[in-house]
Amino acid sequence: MNAPTAPRPLAQGATTIRVQTEDFDVGAEIAALRAGNAKIGAVATFIGVCRDLNDGSDVSEMELEHYPGMTEKALGGIAAEARDRWDLFDILVIHRVGRILPTEQIVLVVVTSAHRGESFHACEFLMDYLKTRAPFWKKERTPEGARWVDARASDDAAADRWR
Amino acid sequence: MLNVLYFARLRDALGRDAERIELPAGVADVGGLLDWLRQRGDVWAAELAPGRSVRAAVNQDMARPDTPLRDGDEVAFFPPVTGG
Repeated sequence: MNAPTAPRPLAQGATTIRVQTEDFDVGAEIAALRAGNAKIGAVATFIGVCRDLNDGSDVSEMELEHYPGMTEKALGGIAAEARDRWDLFDILVIHRVGRILPTEQIVLVVVTSAHRGESFHACEFLMDYLKTRAPFWKKERTPEGARWVDARASDDAAADRWR
Repeated sequence: MLNVLYFARLRDALGRDAERIELPAGVADVGGLLDWLRQRGDVWAAELAPGRSVRAAVNQDMARPDTPLRDGDEVAFFPPVTGG
């Protein structure tokens, strides 16, 4: 016997910000966002990964530090700005902190929307602003010792494109 | 009292991650507090020198030299960010 089916509520999408030491499962995260929202026509994803080389030195590991409270607040503000600019369903930002080894994932940004243009643009915007406005700092271990990573002018230029 | 926090390279160089500071007389904004901290001399003058790209936040929002300070504020100083 079939129970009468209630109309499924329209999924509006959500903003989710997570700062965590654990790794993340990209497939599971995307599946969770998409579940039950038949309005989604586009999913754009960015994954930032730890390399074994930076500024000419071998990198054996990296330590990522953040400012608890402000980091989440800054990411939430960046996500809100993306929603003001584009018509989006979901925004998911996961950024790891603590010790990270080469080939490991550092950051995940997933954006869903009805059409691809919004998702593509918003995903790149979120990363450009995250790189220049969210309080994270990287320290690398190299054969010459541990060193703090310097900010890059090219990241500022990338963020300035969206002004 | 101000709750003053230091992060990353700045924390390493200054040798502390936080301190409580009685809002000094005559200090009204972030730039004033930086000037006051520089007067400690030595590593403070060097690390917080103009041109060292020190960023600041007040109550967890990015701040500028003219951002006003009030008793009870959380003030953070840190280098340009390098996440992602």
